[in-house]
Amino acid sequence: MKVSALERNVNYLVLGVFALVILAPIVYVLTLSLGPESASVAREGGLVHPENYPEAWEVGRFGSYMLTSVVVSVLVVVVAVLASILAGYALGTMTFRGSTAFFYLFLLGIMVPTEAFIVPLFYDLRSLHLTNTIWGVALPQIAMSIAFGTYWMRTYFRSAARALIEAARLDGAGPMRVLWQILVPIGRPAILTLVLLTFMWTWNEFLIPLVMSPSGDVRTAPLGLAFFQGQYTQGTALLAAGAVMVALPVVVLYVFLQRHFIKGMIEGAVRE
Amino acid sequence: MADVTTVTGRGASRPVRRAVPRRPARRDGPAWVPYAFIAPALLLYGAFLLYPLVRAAQFSLFDWNGIGAAEFVGLANYVDIVHDERLREAFWHALVLVFFYAILPLCIGLVLAALLTRAKVRGLGFFRTVIFLPQVIAMVVVAVTWRQIYAPDGPLNGLLRAVGLGSLARPWLGDYTFTLPAVGLIGTWVSTGLVTVLLMAGMSRVSPDLYEAARLDGAGPVQEFFAITLPAVRGEITVALTLTIVAALKTFDLVYVTTSGGPGTSTTVPSYEVYRRAFELGEVGSAAAIGVTLTILVFIINAGVNWFGERK
Repeated sequence: MKVSALERNVNYLVLGVFALVILAPIVYVLTLSLGPESASVAREGGLVHPENYPEAWEVGRFGSYMLTSVVVSVLVVVVAVLASILAGYALGTMTFRGSTAFFYLFLLGIMVPTEAFIVPLFYDLRSLHLTNTIWGVALPQIAMSIAFGTYWMRTYFRSAARALIEAARLDGAGPMRVLWQILVPIGRPAILTLVLLTFMWTWNEFLIPLVMSPSGDVRTAPLGLAFFQGQYTQGTALLAAGAVMVALPVVVLYVFLQRHFIKGMIEGAVRE
Repeated sequence: MADVTTVTGRGASRPVRRAVPRRPARRDGPAWVPYAFIAPALLLYGAFLLYPLVRAAQFSLFDWNGIGAAEFVGLANYVDIVHDERLREAFWHALVLVFFYAILPLCIGLVLAALLTRAKVRGLGFFRTVIFLPQVIAMVVVAVTWRQIYAPDGPLNGLLRAVGLGSLARPWLGDYTFTLPAVGLIGTWVSTGLVTVLLMAGMSRVSPDLYEAARLDGAGPVQEFFAITLPAVRGEITVALTLTIVAALKTFDLVYVTTSGGPGTSTTVPSYEVYRRAFELGEVGSAAAIGVTLTILVFIINAGVNWFGERK
């Protein structure tokens, strides 16, 4: 569409200003993380202080928190995605009594706020001695991820080539073979999107690990950061370095696979 | 489920559908097969989300401190939400956050997306990547960062003093009037990118012919926006509002990390009250009642926004 040169320039200006507003806090925290940790360090000179990162890693015990985060994320992603593929396949390609009701039941879970079910869940899991364990932190997140994942995979399976499914069935392939040898291989983009979104939500989750591990035995990286902020109030450099490290895994994935993130969050939002 | 065949585009192949009875009966396997496929998901989801949700409704009718015996109190915990000033305030704050998370980003996003869609400027891909970035950063990291920005000797006050507006400088997160808007603006910073990207996707689907026709009729950019663009992205606006309003009502990490509800009670929100009551004050029944109320509120607002979006 043709627009005047003036309008074009105004657009570039608006674009630039807005990008700046978004980027400024991110650049600021990066600058802080590379700045001097204290006045005495500043006097010794040196423009950048990358040594803040290993020090924050050590002092803030991010090594063990990151490991916990990795274990929880892998558990949630593997279990939730597998269960979602199976359920989405049944709801998307098979006709059976109650399928619509089951679909709406799963849809309900996308909207329920964590705050509503976390309180009784904590007390029930406590009586089962599951609080302060990896499973206590992972299982509620698996349940939440299944609600979205089933919806997401059902949408994919409904749009997948039905002719292909029919042909495979006529050749005598059972539902399991149709799923794993045809639909899953050609559905890799949809599944990758689901894996990425589930990983991001799990890695960034705060309330569930906070509630489910009151002793702090199973502390994930975002919680570690919040506690680090509470403990080290004197210097901001180490805190900033910790913040960057907690955000980094998801941001790196986003930079390389941003299409999946944007597509997933936008299409996943378009409900029926 | 007969309508499914038409929805999935098999309506055109009627002969295939009629051929169904002639196929071997075990084509789909026994009748229990679909149930076996949904069983793992249903068990996990049922046990760790649906069942606790039902339990929350049950908990909300009791007075329980988390350890001793529970006492049935009927709807007293719900009556409390109306009478307890702190709780009324929390729900009011949630509505204020809706303005900052949903309404403000929608206004900014509409203007931005309309500008960008009119002129195909270069660097749009990079811009999209940048403005969506806050969505993937952990909220705790966002909160820690903004706490530094809002600090009394932080860069925001520094900037104000540098441009001669030093009288406006203040401890942004320690002020009874300005802390809630300050926290809300962090939400605006996070939401605006998502809303803009959503609206841009919707606007790019509008046929350029429509705009050409409008211009031939002598419509200016503003008329163009209200006559063509805005009606065309009604669906996207609905989705954007649903997402951001729910995010606003569920705000927890941001408040927990930046202000813990303070100063005083000036930034407390329902989610924070759920956490505080259940795990710090030992008022489990009250916490469950707030959680249930919040869920009902989310569903009502969702239904309201969708009803509004579908109304012609």
